[in-house]
Amino acid sequence: MSQTNQSDALLTLAGVHTHIGAYHILHGVDLAVARGQLTMLLGRNGAGKTTTLRTIMGLWHASKGTVVFDGKPITATETPAIASLDIAYVPENMGIFSDLTVKENMLLAARSAKRADQMDSKRLEWIFTLFPAVEKFWNHPAGKLSGGQKQMLAVARAIVEPRKLLIVDEPSKGLAPAIINNMIDAFAQLKQTGTTILLVEQNISFAKRLGDQVAVMDNGRIVHAGSMKELADNEDMQHALLGLAI
Amino acid sequence: MKQLDFDWKPLVLVPLLALLVMPFIGSTSTWVTLTVAGLAMGMIIFIIASGLTLVFGLMDVLNFGHGVFIALGAFVATSVLGAMGDWTGSDQLWRNLVAVFPAMLVAMAVAGAVGLAFERFIVRPVYGQHLKQILITMGGMIIGEELIKVIWGPAQLALPLPDGMRGSLYLGDAAVEKYRLMAVVVGLAVFATLAWVLGRTKIGLLIRAGVQDREMVESLGYRIKRLFIGVFVVGSGLAGLGGVMWGLYQQTVTPQMGAQVNVLIFIVIIIGGLGSTGGALIGALLVGLMANYTGFLAPKVALFSNIALMVGVLLWRPQGVYPVANR
Repeated sequence: MSQTNQSDALLTLAGVHTHIGAYHILHGVDLAVARGQLTMLLGRNGAGKTTTLRTIMGLWHASKGTVVFDGKPITATETPAIASLDIAYVPENMGIFSDLTVKENMLLAARSAKRADQMDSKRLEWIFTLFPAVEKFWNHPAGKLSGGQKQMLAVARAIVEPRKLLIVDEPSKGLAPAIINNMIDAFAQLKQTGTTILLVEQNISFAKRLGDQVAVMDNGRIVHAGSMKELADNEDMQHALLGLAI
Repeated sequence: MKQLDFDWKPLVLVPLLALLVMPFIGSTSTWVTLTVAGLAMGMIIFIIASGLTLVFGLMDVLNFGHGVFIALGAFVATSVLGAMGDWTGSDQLWRNLVAVFPAMLVAMAVAGAVGLAFERFIVRPVYGQHLKQILITMGGMIIGEELIKVIWGPAQLALPLPDGMRGSLYLGDAAVEKYRLMAVVVGLAVFATLAWVLGRTKIGLLIRAGVQDREMVESLGYRIKRLFIGVFVVGSGLAGLGGVMWGLYQQTVTPQMGAQVNVLIFIVIIIGGLGSTGGALIGALLVGLMANYTGFLAPKVALFSNIALMVGVLLWRPQGVYPVANR
């Protein structure tokens, strides 16, 4: 279990098992995501990171164990109801609606707005400063954006309205270094707003620059949880947990 | 990057087909008559197919029972119009419309209500299971046809055109039946309404997004199952409206009429791109034109012609004229 005090945790998973068809993917995941902090979920390919996020979102339901968000059990809750608790989720494939424009993608995520002019304009301006491409291609089909621009849109869409928890699956995947830096700046600004963030990452440099807390997964379990600084300062631990040094 | 990147090529198909056939018809007036008849038939097929393409696009449900709503709409119309004989027997068009309009509304309401039950008891248990969907929805259609026989009897019923809608208008030497023009107008009205809802409202935005990636729509906090039920009911209602139009077009109705049109509808939604309303409109117009041209030029290949049309389109665009992204 993470060192995060349970009472400080916005999200907790306790003994979560998840099966996908005949496959047993998560083998008792214990995780606590600290309120107002950025928690990194690290691990090798196939460790169960994406499955953990999808289980939190109710896209796959836990076969055993509990998931609690802000004091409410959500283990068996349907995905739309989970999202309505003010959780934003950016999947690994970004979930961009290619046939819709950038504006329409943003409007969909703004649940309180029926029309584009009803979206919070001040918040939009802030998002445009974080991700200028979103403003530049506002009326263009999202499917025509580059991979980096789509990732920016995916994150921008997730924060179009204030959310208690932002869950992002590998935001740096396949991005050029310049865009990764842009993304790091954006998450750093988001952290300053007090938003709780859970990021899955394989890019260790990205994780080191942003993470407050870290949890490392292997074979469907959390094998280490603590502060990011502690892991970054301990090369032996990095080798043991991740097979490399940060 | 260009702001407008619309794929216009499929739009050319309809006029291209009409112009390519023109030299073979010989007479311009006959060509005009056949073209208007084909467009009218295409519009009716579009009304029927528009709901089915959204149902498939949104929830990946293969509803082979869609035809029963067509037959149901047509039979309801026989009852409503039969009770309004004074109005349908008038040679004044406005009195005919006063009769036909409520018949359409009642047919849509009944088909929509039955669609609600159909989704709940027949479709919902087989989400995500294509083979079972085909089997159970076909079974549902058979049950529906038998229930129609129980209520209206097994015989073919007449659904005559109201007197004021009979006859033709003349464009030069070309005779254009009044009812076919009306079918084009109703079809355009349905398309315009669907285009407005899908393109200008948040519900429409959700439907278009759901057709592409329903899981992501749910992750944004929307209950797509409720949306799907709404689309299923509207789609069934539109099939009921199409049934009224088709019944008046044929002037007879049978419990099997929906099953007979089913093949055409699936050709239309496959040509359209499985989930695209605009694609379904183009597919329906192509199918309507092709059926009328081949019926005139080579009646023996009329049934085969639409299959050939579909094969031709799929050779050009294997996922249909407007494939839905992410599928």
